[in-house]
Amino acid sequence: MFGIAQNSLNGMVGILIILVVSTLIYLYKQNSNKQIDYTELRLRIKSWWWMIAIVFISLTFSLETAIIFFAFLSFLALKEFLSIIQIRHVDRRAIFWVYLAIPVQYYWVSIEWYGMFIIFIPIFLFLFIPIRLVIIGETNGFINSASVIHWAAMLTVFSISHIAYLLTLPIQNELAGNIGPVLFLLFMTQFNDVSQYVFGKLFGKNKIIPKVSPNKTWEGFIGGVITVTLLSGFIAPYLTSLDIFYGFMAGFIISIFGFFGDVVISSVKRDINIKDTGTLIPGHGGILDRLDSILYTAPIFFHFLYYVKY
Amino acid sequence: MKKIIKILFFAIIVRPIVFVILGLNIKNREKLPLKGEAVIAANHNSHLDTMVIMSLYPLSKIDKVRPVAAADYFMKNKFIAWISINCIGIIPLDRSGASSQEELFQSCHEALDNGDILILFPEGSRGVPEQMSRFKKGLYYMIKDRENTPIIPIYMQGLGNSLPKGEALFVPFNCNIDIGNSITSFNNSNDFNQQLKNFFESSMR
Repeated sequence: MFGIAQNSLNGMVGILIILVVSTLIYLYKQNSNKQIDYTELRLRIKSWWWMIAIVFISLTFSLETAIIFFAFLSFLALKEFLSIIQIRHVDRRAIFWVYLAIPVQYYWVSIEWYGMFIIFIPIFLFLFIPIRLVIIGETNGFINSASVIHWAAMLTVFSISHIAYLLTLPIQNELAGNIGPVLFLLFMTQFNDVSQYVFGKLFGKNKIIPKVSPNKTWEGFIGGVITVTLLSGFIAPYLTSLDIFYGFMAGFIISIFGFFGDVVISSVKRDINIKDTGTLIPGHGGILDRLDSILYTAPIFFHFLYYVKY
Repeated sequence: MKKIIKILFFAIIVRPIVFVILGLNIKNREKLPLKGEAVIAANHNSHLDTMVIMSLYPLSKIDKVRPVAAADYFMKNKFIAWISINCIGIIPLDRSGASSQEELFQSCHEALDNGDILILFPEGSRGVPEQMSRFKKGLYYMIKDRENTPIIPIYMQGLGNSLPKGEALFVPFNCNIDIGNSITSFNNSNDFNQQLKNFFESSMR
């Protein structure tokens, strides 16, 4: 059906079922106690429908639309990051080139030039941004600008482009197709967020990094790691070319680094004293609030898979 | 016909740029006056300011929203004048000092009587990017005798980095917008400008 590999199609149906069930639970809760305000939850679930619809449509339409979609996601994330931090007015000219780097980076993805894909931002853009800043000539705040602009490019363009590169890797599991590993990564990362939250709510006692994120606890973290590791072992052979053993390992690293991606973005927000990075996704905040863990899990999972299987 | 040109211009060109390339974070959206007559007083950093404010309105209402703009700048050549009048629907204002105060604001008063929403920039010019200039007194003289016209202040932050005065390079950044309570009573021009300034300063982060 739709030319989608069977297991990936089943995976998407599974995600939609989870979404329908969550929506039904929300509707039931809202009807049974009308005094409580569920607006936030309603917005959250509504946004989930939108996000999942957009991701599924761009993934299934064609490889090109999927790559363009992730390029656009990089653009939104980069723009949001550069808009919340303090920049010097003159930096806009260097930032312009980082925006231009987005289509170039995704072009390397589309022609499957792995060598260029992996060095373009860490090396060429890394060297080029300070050159552009030198030509502008403002030395006051130079170090800060050169560092921040490159970090933004690494987080939002380099990291996210790994999801797109997963799509172009040669297919090893015919039943999962090329979108199987992407679905696996996205689902596991989001499921990890939810598990750590739920375990934290149920058993949370000992704060793990109170200065950065007062709501994160050891109990939530460990509960999430165990759940995601176990579940990954069973889902990975279905959606990726990994076997059950490597599936456990993939889940383990996704869970650990998903946590760190989350708290890295939390630290950014603490530093500049904001609660959300934007208002683009109602009920969730900005695009970086939603992508935080994926910024870490995408490159980590990609290179794990690449090392083990390619 | 003019209305159709304006709607198409905003639907096809302006709104995609404002909502997709720039992106807005809007605070207090419910305070935006959807019906005229009303005056919007905003800070001015970029040509994008007008486009962003007008994009807050649904396309069906866009022909009622009219920026008041300097005739010497926006009417200086035929091409820009055609765009200004037909696509944006500006009310040209003569800054040369040649016309009397009554003549100067006549078309503004006509538009307000007609139920339009006017956009004015009390700073007069876009000035230094992302910095507030001193307010001019023109807006005060225009509205001091119109007791029923609400004046709604809007503060925008970020557009001075996207497209500052004197630069052609457009760089996307999110724009933060804060809409204030309408200013209803004031004693004199200083008092009026002070109320505006207080709102702008409270909106700055």
